[in-house]
Amino acid sequence: MTREEIIKEENLVYKKTALFTDKALSYCPGCGHGTVHRLILETIEEMGIQASTIGVAPVGCAVLAYEFMDIDMMQAAHGRAPALATAVKRLNPDQYVFTYQGDGDLAAIGTAETIHACNRGENFTIIFINNGIYGMTGGQMAPTTLPNMKASTCPYGRDTAMMGNPLKMTELVAQLPGTYYVTRQSVHTAGAVRKCKKAIRKAFENQKLDKGVSFVEVVSNCNSGWKMTPVQSNKWMEENMFPYYPLGDIKVPQV
Amino acid sequence: MAKVQGAIVINIERCKGCEVCVGVCPESVIAMSKAVNGKGYHYAEPINENCTGCTNCAVVCPDGVITVYRVKI
Amino acid sequence: MKELRLMKGNEAVAEAAIRAGADGYFGYPITPQSEILEYLMAQKPYETTGMVVLQAESEVAAINMVYGGASCGKKVMTSSSSPGISLKMEGISYIAGAELPALIVNVVRGGPGLGTIQPSQSDYFQATKGGGHGDYRLIVLAPSSVQEMYDFVKLGFDLSFKYRNPAMILTDGVIGQMMEKVELDDQIPRSTREEIIKACPWATTGKTPDRERNIITSLDLDSSKQEKHVLKLGAKYDKMEAEEVRYETFGCDDAEYIFVAFGSSARICQKSMEMGRAKGIKVGLLRPITLFPFPKKPIKELAKKVKGMLVVEMNLGQMIEDVQLAAECKTKIEHYGRTGGIIPTPEGILNALEKQIIGG
Repeated sequence: MTREEIIKEENLVYKKTALFTDKALSYCPGCGHGTVHRLILETIEEMGIQASTIGVAPVGCAVLAYEFMDIDMMQAAHGRAPALATAVKRLNPDQYVFTYQGDGDLAAIGTAETIHACNRGENFTIIFINNGIYGMTGGQMAPTTLPNMKASTCPYGRDTAMMGNPLKMTELVAQLPGTYYVTRQSVHTAGAVRKCKKAIRKAFENQKLDKGVSFVEVVSNCNSGWKMTPVQSNKWMEENMFPYYPLGDIKVPQV
Repeated sequence: MAKVQGAIVINIERCKGCEVCVGVCPESVIAMSKAVNGKGYHYAEPINENCTGCTNCAVVCPDGVITVYRVKI
Repeated sequence: MKELRLMKGNEAVAEAAIRAGADGYFGYPITPQSEILEYLMAQKPYETTGMVVLQAESEVAAINMVYGGASCGKKVMTSSSSPGISLKMEGISYIAGAELPALIVNVVRGGPGLGTIQPSQSDYFQATKGGGHGDYRLIVLAPSSVQEMYDFVKLGFDLSFKYRNPAMILTDGVIGQMMEKVELDDQIPRSTREEIIKACPWATTGKTPDRERNIITSLDLDSSKQEKHVLKLGAKYDKMEAEEVRYETFGCDDAEYIFVAFGSSARICQKSMEMGRAKGIKVGLLRPITLFPFPKKPIKELAKKVKGMLVVEMNLGQMIEDVQLAAECKTKIEHYGRTGGIIPTPEGILNALEKQIIGG
C-alpha cells in the first residue's frame, strides 16, 4: 500500500491528545516534561474527566504547564502545590486533583508541604519530575543532584561532605502511612513511556478509592542543564541517575 | 513479509530535532532532515517505507509531533 | 430578636465564619489567636454545614491552602498573629496577584521578631502597605469590639468577593481575648457548586465544554500584559478608595482637638475623650474602620477646623503617616504610642494630648 493509502482516519493508531492546547511546548528539545504532560492529558482524556480535573502547576520549568493543558489549573507559589491541592481536594472531593512538581519545588522548598500532604493521606496525585537540577533558573544544584554531578552552583561537582546528599524523596514518602501508591518511572524509551502511562493512570484511578496520596516520580533528563544532547542525556540518565534512583514501584496498594 | 504496514506524519514545524525518535524506531525509518524548519531545527522525517506503525516514535516524542497510521495487510 | 451570646473575640470570628457559610478554614496555632482554630474544631462544622477545618503544618501551608480553595471560588479563610502573618505574606501576595477572594485575620501581637504575645498594633504598615511583594493592597478592617470581630467576617468575605481581592481583619490580642455580648445572625447556607459557577465564572471548577479553561495565576512574563494587569489592580484599589471607606466619629462636631485611633486604641480613646470633656477640653475621636481604604477625606475636613490631632496607636507611629498625608499639613499632628504589648491608659492618652498638642 502506498503511504497515502495508509494515512487515513480509519487507520489512525496514535495522535497527540486533543487535551493539549495549540500552544507549542516551551520545553527544550528532548525534555521529558512534554512527554509527562502528554501522559497526564491522555489519562484525563481516556478517563473522560476533563470537566472534573483540577491541576496545580509548580514554579520551575513547568510553571507554564497551564498554557499547554486544556484543563482548569492554578499556579502555585514555589513548593506549595500540595498545600493548594489539599484544599482543592478537600473542598471538592468529587474532583480529580493533581500537582505537577519538579525536584526543587517538591524536594527542597516544598519538602514540608510534600511530606505533610503525604502524611495526612490527602486523596490526590503528585507527579514529581526529578532531573537532578534546577532547569528553569539555569542549571543550579538541586536536592536531587547526584554526588559529584556538576551544576552551576557546584561547578566542581556535588561535594556531599559540603553540600549534603541527594534526597530520595520518593523512598521517604513511601514510608508514610498516608501514601497509597508510590512509584518511580521514566519516559526516555517507548517501553518506559508505556509503563509510566500505566502508573499515571493508576495514580488517577486511585482517587476514586480515597486511600491517600498516589505519588509518581518520573526520573527525567535535563539536557540543557546537563549540557548534553537529548540522546546523550538519556544515556547518561540510564547510567548515572537510575542506579541512584532505581525505577519501579516502591509502594503498591495491598489488595 | 510484514503483516502490518504503517506510516507516520510528522508536524515538522513543531519538531525540535531532539532525535529521540530516531533511536527507538526498530525499522530505522526516521532520520533527521538536512533542511531546517521555521525554528531552525533539523526535523525528523521518514526515509523509507519500512514503518510498521508500532508507535514507538510517537510515544517517546516529547512534543507529540508524530501521528501514526497502521493497516493490516 | 437576635440570638445573643457572651463570647471571646476570637470565638466570635470562628462562629461568624460558620454562620457566614464559609467553605473552609486553614490555620496554624499561634498565641493570641489559637481559639479560632480550637473553637472551629470543637464545633465540628464539617458535620453540619460541611465547612472544612484543617490544622496545617505551617502558616505557609495554611495560606496556600487558602490560595487553592479560593481558586475554586470557595469562601475560605485563615487566621494568625504577627509572626505567622509574616510567613503568610508570600501567599497573600499571590492571592492578591491572582485576584482571589479570601479572608485573613491577624490578631496582632508585639514585635518585631518573636516579640511578645501581648497586644499591639505594630502590623499596621504590613497590613496596609503591602507586607508581601509587589503592587497590591488588602482591604483592611479594624474591629474595636467583639461584635465587630463577628460582623467583619461576613463583611470581609463580601468585600473580598466583590473585588476579588483578599481582605484582612486587623485586630489585636485585646479584642481577640476579651469577652463581650455578641448578636448572632442566622446561618447562611454554603454556596452550591452551581451558585459558585454562576458567581465566580473565573474559578477552577473543572473545564466544561461550554467554556474556555480557567487558569489561576499571578504570572505573566510579557511585561506589557503584566503592566496591564497591575493597572487593573490599581483601578480596583481606586474604586475601593472611592466606595468602601468606613469610619466612625465621636464628638467631632464641636471638637477643637481630635484623637485618631483604630481598634482597641480607639476604645481607650473614648474614655480619654470623656475625661477630657469633663475637664473642658473639646476633644473628639475619629476611628478609621477601614485602614485601607483609609478615610482620607474626613481627616482632611477635620484637619481644616481643629487645632490639633493626636494619633494614638500601640506602635512607634505607623497610621500617623496616613493621617499626616490626609491632613495635608492643615493642623498639628502628634503621635502617642505604647509598644511591647503595653496598652495605653486613658490618662496617658489625655496627658499626651495636653502636653503634645494643647500645651506643645
